Amino acid sequence: MQTLELKKENGRANKNPNTLPPGNKGNITGSEAVLHALIAENVDTIFGYPGGAIMPIYDAIYDYDDKIKHILARHEQGSIHAAQGYARASGRTGVVFATSGPGATNLVTGLADAMIDSTPVVCITGQVFAHLLGTDAFQETDVINITTPVTKWNYQVTDANEIPSVLAKAFYIAKSGRPGPVLIDITKNAQVQKFDFAGYEKCNHIRSYRPKPIVRKEYIEQAARLINEAKKPFVVFGQGVILGKAETEFKTFLEKSGIPAAWTILGMGAIPTSHPLATGMLGMHGNYGPNVLTNECDVLIAIGMRFDDRVTGRLDKYAKQAKVIHFDIDPAEIDKNVKTTVAVWGDCKETLPLLTELVNKKTHPEWVQKFREYQKEEEKECITPELNPTGDILTMGEVIKLLNEFGKGDSILVTDVGQHQMVSCRYSKLNHSKSNITSGGLGTMGFGLPAAIGAKFGAPDRSVIAVIGDGGFQMTIQELGTIMQSKIDIKILILNNKFLGMVRQWQQLFNDRRYSFVDIESPDFVKVAKAYGIEGKSVSQRSELKDAVSEMLTHKGSYLLEVMVGKENNVFPMVPQGCSVSEIRLK
Amino acid sequence: MHKKEFTLTVYTENQIGILNRIATMFSRRKINIESLNTSPTEVESVHRFTIVINETEEVVGKLCRQIEKQVEVLKAYYNTEEEIVWQELALYKVSTDAIAERVKVERLLRQFGARAVAIRKDYTVFETTGHREETDKLIKELEPHGLIEFVRSARVAILKGSHDFHERLKEFEQREPGEEVIENEFLGKQDEIFTL
Repeated sequence: MQTLELKKENGRANKNPNTLPPGNKGNITGSEAVLHALIAENVDTIFGYPGGAIMPIYDAIYDYDDKIKHILARHEQGSIHAAQGYARASGRTGVVFATSGPGATNLVTGLADAMIDSTPVVCITGQVFAHLLGTDAFQETDVINITTPVTKWNYQVTDANEIPSVLAKAFYIAKSGRPGPVLIDITKNAQVQKFDFAGYEKCNHIRSYRPKPIVRKEYIEQAARLINEAKKPFVVFGQGVILGKAETEFKTFLEKSGIPAAWTILGMGAIPTSHPLATGMLGMHGNYGPNVLTNECDVLIAIGMRFDDRVTGRLDKYAKQAKVIHFDIDPAEIDKNVKTTVAVWGDCKETLPLLTELVNKKTHPEWVQKFREYQKEEEKECITPELNPTGDILTMGEVIKLLNEFGKGDSILVTDVGQHQMVSCRYSKLNHSKSNITSGGLGTMGFGLPAAIGAKFGAPDRSVIAVIGDGGFQMTIQELGTIMQSKIDIKILILNNKFLGMVRQWQQLFNDRRYSFVDIESPDFVKVAKAYGIEGKSVSQRSELKDAVSEMLTHKGSYLLEVMVGKENNVFPMVPQGCSVSEIRLK
Repeated sequence: MHKKEFTLTVYTENQIGILNRIATMFSRRKINIESLNTSPTEVESVHRFTIVINETEEVVGKLCRQIEKQVEVLKAYYNTEEEIVWQELALYKVSTDAIAERVKVERLLRQFGARAVAIRKDYTVFETTGHREETDKLIKELEPHGLIEFVRSARVAILKGSHDFHERLKEFEQREPGEEVIENEFLGKQDEIFTL
């Protein structure tokens, strides 16, 4: 708040006589052109961290604080994960500012995460003056080459004249087709250079880029024929449904065809988890029925998912009996892991309604019942002991159950990576799309806290609950400072088992209990939070748990609740690595 | 499926960084690039990469789709040796004395269809074009006769099964001209620029 007052004293808050009002043309600097572009792209929030090589852009944003919020993270990794959280919660593009050298290299993990999870993010990094490139100048790194494999597109600007068109391309590429991260590196000379700004024009076409393949009706017809003939059809869906904003189209298809469906971790929430045709989560720690029955269905309909190895288990034993239909916007995904019988290229927002029209209205009561039977078995072996434990030791599941009871499935669930992530995703009830924000493909520990911050800015009217383990929390714990300064309201739930639990579980099951460096000590998280002005509590007794969860959820402002859970609890079911999905173990 | 030689033909925009973007597609999978040629096509703004690798068809097919997915790639094809006509160019620098003195060398050069491109007192540079085995063979033959230096180009290949490529490429460019490459104008100008 102090800076804002300072600004007013200086009379600078949007009163810079040299600033060209947005949308106008004229002689401006490259930095101002960046701001004009962001405003034209309706960017309302930027996550960033200043530094030498991006100072001119920071000088420009100083004049725009009524139009664009800048959130100062505590580390560049925090800012990009926040931008990812923002993008996933809002369905818009996250924007990041970082400086050259270390500022830019700190973005790499987030870029890789956004790349593999198809999250639209535009990063703008400062770079040393163009004449210094390649001279080992202060804070110079070859950011373009470092980030090439982890960006959908990147580009270095050395002349201000390029800025409007390059940023227009950046926003178009990040969001269109299969979304992904874009990085624009702008040398300092281009930021300060004055040029004749002819206005900002959004980009909607690049000649070498085909974001959406052409929809071919004959393949949809073939798919419909297979579906109509199927006795045991099974739908597996992923984030493509959410990214394509095709939740309604998907639900309509599902309900007309009466086909049971299961989600990948990133697809979760595209339909309410309580939907009568929802059968749960796929994959290594997914539900019993969907995994086993993948190897019993006769037609497997994959929609907006990419058959990750954590979903398929052993590929040569994956759905071999089934005809596979694959709907995807990215042609490179077709036949990448699982061979398809019919491939339907295209945006599922367009293809699904065409399919729905052609499929027969049907129900598959016996087939759906089969999933329920497996569910009963799973309840007995895994779910009930996890959600309603009889021993003294607290389980992660019973905490999530309380979140479901109090939150009623309307909150945004942000998770970090590890056991708590699997438990949260297995047991959370979600009623809305864009409610499950987690690092799926990359499995980035430390993602949770900053992503939750971003999610809150992306969906300010929704409550955000970040469930994080004791290991991952310490990877980006500095972002508590961001929460403190931006005064946002997010609930942090630490499930502390005093172990790097997922690795420990593997060591127990596959390495003969040789617990190699998974024993992790933590500081007093409640005190740490307090130091950042965040209220909190730590509980280890069941008798205190319910009230503590309720207190956290009703608290005004951010709150940290640490729950001490069983040290050596495992997440089950589990498909052991190298096994088929139907070899899933209940214990 | 067994590995064999594939020639990839990739049409791209002429932009800085595209070479690296394509190269990482191979290095990421630990695939060795046997030969790589890149140059503008008959249309200045469109570049053509010719890349030779040894892989199974399945891997090459997937790789090609991943390459084609890159924003600045227009098209990527892969072909076996039977589907293309290809050449490599080789230059041989040989001692002029050796040619003058030894009939065997002269006969060899004639036999291999080598063409002299530079003749100096102390050395002569010959050129051949052909397949790898042919140039390899000539090196071996020249070795005992004072071969001073040798260099070989990457493969260039033309697709047997292509139709109207030239026309389509021209049309494509006409419909939507490519963007100019913007290079760094400031390198080597340290002294003229004041920075903080």
